Amino acid sequence: MAVSDHNRPGNHVDGAVAIPKDARPLAIEARGLVKSFDGTRAVDGVDISVPEGAIYGILGPNGAGKTTTLRMLLGIIDPDEGVRRVFGHDRPHDIGRLIGYLPEERGLYPAMKCVEAIAFMGALRGLPLKEGRRRAAELLERHDLGYAADRQIRQLSKGMAQTVQLLGTLVHRPRLVVLDEPFSGLDAINQGKLELMIRALADDGVTVIFSTHVIHHAERLCEGVAIIAGGKVPYAGSVEAARDRIPAQVRLETRSREGAWLSSLPADTRRNGDFFQFPLPATGIEPLLKSLIEGEAGILSLSIERAGLHDAFVAIAGEAAARQLQADSEGARA
Amino acid sequence: MTETAAPLRPRLTLLEAAWVIARRDFVAVLFSRAFLFFLIGPLFPVLIGGLAGSIGRSVSDQAISIEVGLAMSAPDNAAMIAAGDALRPQLGGFVPELRVVDEAAGGSAFDARAYLDERRGNYAAIVTGTLAAPQVVGTQGQVDRWKGPVELIAATATGASPAAFPEATSEVVATSAASERTNRIRTAQAAQMVLFLLTMLLGGMVLSNLAEEKGNKIIEILAAALPMDAVFMGKLFAMLGVSFVGIAVWGTVGWGFWAIAESAVVTVTQTNFRDLPGPAVGWPMFIALGIVYFSMAYLLLGSLFLTIGAMAASVREVQTMSMPVTMLQLMVFFLSAANIGQIGTTLELTSVVFPLSSPFAMLARAALEETLWTHAVVLVWQAVAVLLLVKGGSMLFRKRVMKSGGAGRDKAKKGRLAA
Repeated sequence: MAVSDHNRPGNHVDGAVAIPKDARPLAIEARGLVKSFDGTRAVDGVDISVPEGAIYGILGPNGAGKTTTLRMLLGIIDPDEGVRRVFGHDRPHDIGRLIGYLPEERGLYPAMKCVEAIAFMGALRGLPLKEGRRRAAELLERHDLGYAADRQIRQLSKGMAQTVQLLGTLVHRPRLVVLDEPFSGLDAINQGKLELMIRALADDGVTVIFSTHVIHHAERLCEGVAIIAGGKVPYAGSVEAARDRIPAQVRLETRSREGAWLSSLPADTRRNGDFFQFPLPATGIEPLLKSLIEGEAGILSLSIERAGLHDAFVAIAGEAAARQLQADSEGARA
Repeated sequence: MTETAAPLRPRLTLLEAAWVIARRDFVAVLFSRAFLFFLIGPLFPVLIGGLAGSIGRSVSDQAISIEVGLAMSAPDNAAMIAAGDALRPQLGGFVPELRVVDEAAGGSAFDARAYLDERRGNYAAIVTGTLAAPQVVGTQGQVDRWKGPVELIAATATGASPAAFPEATSEVVATSAASERTNRIRTAQAAQMVLFLLTMLLGGMVLSNLAEEKGNKIIEILAAALPMDAVFMGKLFAMLGVSFVGIAVWGTVGWGFWAIAESAVVTVTQTNFRDLPGPAVGWPMFIALGIVYFSMAYLLLGSLFLTIGAMAASVREVQTMSMPVTMLQLMVFFLSAANIGQIGTTLELTSVVFPLSSPFAMLARAALEETLWTHAVVLVWQAVAVLLLVKGGSMLFRKRVMKSGGAGRDKAKKGRLAA
């Protein structure tokens, strides 16, 4: 199923995917990315547009094609088909100094000292080693790791090593930060800290794009998301627009179980124990309320709930992908 | 986090990017404890070889006798020894050392055959009889070897051969075309052997060079930040630098060893390196070319090894690959070694053109031919071959290794989702 924002003003209309366009230039623009490995299409026609300064999430279960998509966007691998542009450049390595990347599988040289590891990651992006060391010491101090500056990576806890790597991703002050599953392996406190860091980056005008299989991170942080499943992107757009794909749900509890008022409920009403659940009618709630009152349904409670990103994901990507996403998320928490 | 955005700047050049990798690798390897073992590793066989050689030589000296025993009458024995001493200046090693067999001094009852059968004494053979009719007793080989010299000594002792030899005057030439070529082939062989040993000792390091990055998962950070060929190039040059450190250390130790134990080294190796004939291009140029060709051989083999090692999924796979890789090195060496002195033949030209054997073949040429322009041309070709191998290796690495995330390899799962 492909869902798009075709009807919204300012949206792309050249494919199944579109995001609201604003005045900001695009940090990332990808059209029709395809990548196959050993005859299997890992990514199958992905379109993504990320405006500068946005926090953007790539949401999907494990194996959906998130990492392959990010690798193509960063130039680690080339797409078999399609085009990608990062800050308008076809070859991301040409602007390597503007990009910071934290891969899913974290890696550091175990014998390196923290300050050297961060400076080295900066040097990979063109930051002189001396300046890198100065900034590394400053960053470690700012993140309460100053005492560990001269410790070897192998002497750190997993969480500390992850923080060091994240600081290495940021030491050269990139304009685009790409984080592949940045929350995996972090405890709740560090996840909160990371969310704050991502927001602070965006406040400074840095574009942040991250992949995740945990919906609530994307829901809390992202301005836009791409939902990816089976190598395809059935939806790319704002979180709000994704939630708007599903009408608000009405949850009604009545004293009476039978009566003529039942016919006034929408046809797709589901009964869930003592509750009736149905999408908010296009005509609004008022005509329905009138019918319920006149029919003496005996309203005990009535609530209108806006759809969450999870509901939107289910509707857009399908039940199978949603179940897989849920399982991955629970697996990660465990 | 309140870092501000960096201003727009161009990317790192290929050389800058390679330098970042090379600097990290060079320092990391040089200051690791393992490198110390790597440095002293090759010194062990040299020391053990030297020790074993000197012991072996000593044992051999004791065990292999070229003394011929004398079991004749006392005057005959004395005459034989005197004749032997007279002939030795002219005939050198052809004249055996003669010693009176103590057990035979008592009288005529001495049985030389029984004496040797009982494995007594340490004589190659024993001479009995008289000066007019000497008899050589010994194994067939020893009899064949010493019969003629004993006859000559006996004849000299009886005055049957001239007591004095006419003195031949001599005029010595430094060399001849034939001997110069023959001698330079020795130099070419020695140089090729040294080049082969160094590349074999040091080239293997490159094979497992990307294993650390793959094991630590840092490879993706490198691949995202820099072009993969810059990563390959940086790693190659770092290991080349490390190799030069190793060669400098081994060379210094070897030089010191030579300075304090030159005669022992000559005795053990049966080679006086001072006598190695000068190469056609002269020693300074030959040494310079040797350094350049070592670098090229290292970069060529290294780029191939780096690619092979990078394809390996684990350190165990890398170890498994080391055997065929050593065989490849041997084949390359044999291809070049087989054609020393056959300059211009199809096979020799093949070994010059084939990139992996080219440095070996060209170093041999430097020993045998004075022409220098061929070196310039071939060095350019070798440099191009290094670049092509690095480019090909990095492309293969990106294509075959940088596939997808760990979970992404679960095709079954992917298929299910796609459905």
